[in-house]
Amino acid sequence: MTRFTAWNVFWQGMTGQKGWTRQWRDPEPKAHYDVVIVGGGLHGLATAYYLAKTHGVRNVAVLEKGWIGGGNAGRNTTIVRSNYARPGNREFYEHSLRLWENLSHELNYNVMFSQRSHIALLHSPGAIDAASRNYNTMRLTGTADAEIWDLATLKRAVPHLNYAADARFPIMGAAVQKRAGTARHDAVAWGYARAADARGVDIIQNCKVEGIARDGGRITALDTSRGRITAGKVAFAVAGSTSLLWQMAGLGRLPIESHKLQAFVSEPLKPLLDQVVVFGMGGAHFYISQSDKGGMVFGGDLDWYKSYAQRGNLPIVQDVAEAAMSVLPCLGRVKLLRHWSGLVDMSMDGSHFICKTPLDNLYLNAGWNYGGFKASPASGWWFADLIANDRPAPMIAPFDLKRFERGLQIDERGAGPDCKLHG
Amino acid sequence: MLRIDCPFCGTRDHSEFSYGGDGSVTYPALDAPMQDWHDAVFLRENICGRQVETWHHVHGCRMWLMVERDTMTHEIFSTRPAHPGLASALEAAE
Repeated sequence: MTRFTAWNVFWQGMTGQKGWTRQWRDPEPKAHYDVVIVGGGLHGLATAYYLAKTHGVRNVAVLEKGWIGGGNAGRNTTIVRSNYARPGNREFYEHSLRLWENLSHELNYNVMFSQRSHIALLHSPGAIDAASRNYNTMRLTGTADAEIWDLATLKRAVPHLNYAADARFPIMGAAVQKRAGTARHDAVAWGYARAADARGVDIIQNCKVEGIARDGGRITALDTSRGRITAGKVAFAVAGSTSLLWQMAGLGRLPIESHKLQAFVSEPLKPLLDQVVVFGMGGAHFYISQSDKGGMVFGGDLDWYKSYAQRGNLPIVQDVAEAAMSVLPCLGRVKLLRHWSGLVDMSMDGSHFICKTPLDNLYLNAGWNYGGFKASPASGWWFADLIANDRPAPMIAPFDLKRFERGLQIDERGAGPDCKLHG
Repeated sequence: MLRIDCPFCGTRDHSEFSYGGDGSVTYPALDAPMQDWHDAVFLRENICGRQVETWHHVHGCRMWLMVERDTMTHEIFSTRPAHPGLASALEAAE
């Protein structure tokens, strides 16, 4: 792997770009690894990277059933933020945002992290009060960039929203996190893969786990489409398909349902929107930003019924288009370029799991709901810490499978035990 | 769009309905141990394939239905009223 430096970029420019090498190897799987991570998404790759870099565990394989960047890594709306107010979540996501701020440098790979502000529109005095409470909590707990904007400030920053006084939900202000923004999702996957590979991690694509061999309370080997691999420790990071692997390991049921979440991108436009804008009111849910290529990237609600199909339904396309028109009427003539859907683990309280499991050498990373993309650096950081040290650090101790038995759910939205409501 | 054959109203778009959840969940007796309630409220099979699930015809007859659907292909195999008494009453009427 060639490091990216100003000199290398210059030299390759002078010599016809012929000297670059593969970003990561394409190794044959070995018969044994100290740690096997199932799932080559952002979380799995980040975990492998921090295992090798921070903990010195280098005999690691990442098994990916498809290709790197083909699952949810390439199916999200690329929003990064840490505007959480519940204990546990706020510290975790703030840590993740801090890792994002140095990620391009850390990985020697430009992940195009753009801290362009996250603007959540507010439409009623009650919504302003609730947002003020949450954002004050953030300011008191280490997220100093939380702000509540009045209408005049918002109009100066984003002049072309629908400010009509007779709109169904007139805009009254906004809750803003200025350090939040977007990143290039593919680059994050490629950057982690390249950096993990450079530290000795084997990234094995087109390798599907088809069976799990157990010896009592331990996993001994994984039967994959590319042969049997024995493992000292096994880690699952397969959000969307967690329940399938869990049952393959003979572990029964989880507080998770698989749902599908759609996202959309328009034809490329000249610079139109310099922030992430979020609209959530009544039954409507909509978030939008503009990619560096010019496409408007946006999304809305889940498809509202459980599904393993990676394709979206049309009523949600209509819902999202209606929300787009109510927030940014100037999008009316813009053509949709693509829409797609990803499988998400919706958990029973809307929060994730990074925890030990009933099996001694199996570790679980799952239940990311809507929040997986922005979480990926901290998720990998703490999952690697859990695997290497075999104990949960205080940062992730609340995020175990037993929290429902203790009655200590981390329900940011207060929606109760109904997976589909934790949007 | 899924098309759900409501036994009371006929075949309608799924946007008239609200998805309930896994229809195989049975709730324990009120005085059952806490663990049984935990399992019923929080744990799910999360089947990939054929599952029986509840839907509420919220913009129609407002009845709860049991729908047998494939969660990968979305093919619907059968639909019946969730209340067994209503199911038998419908059969008797036919």
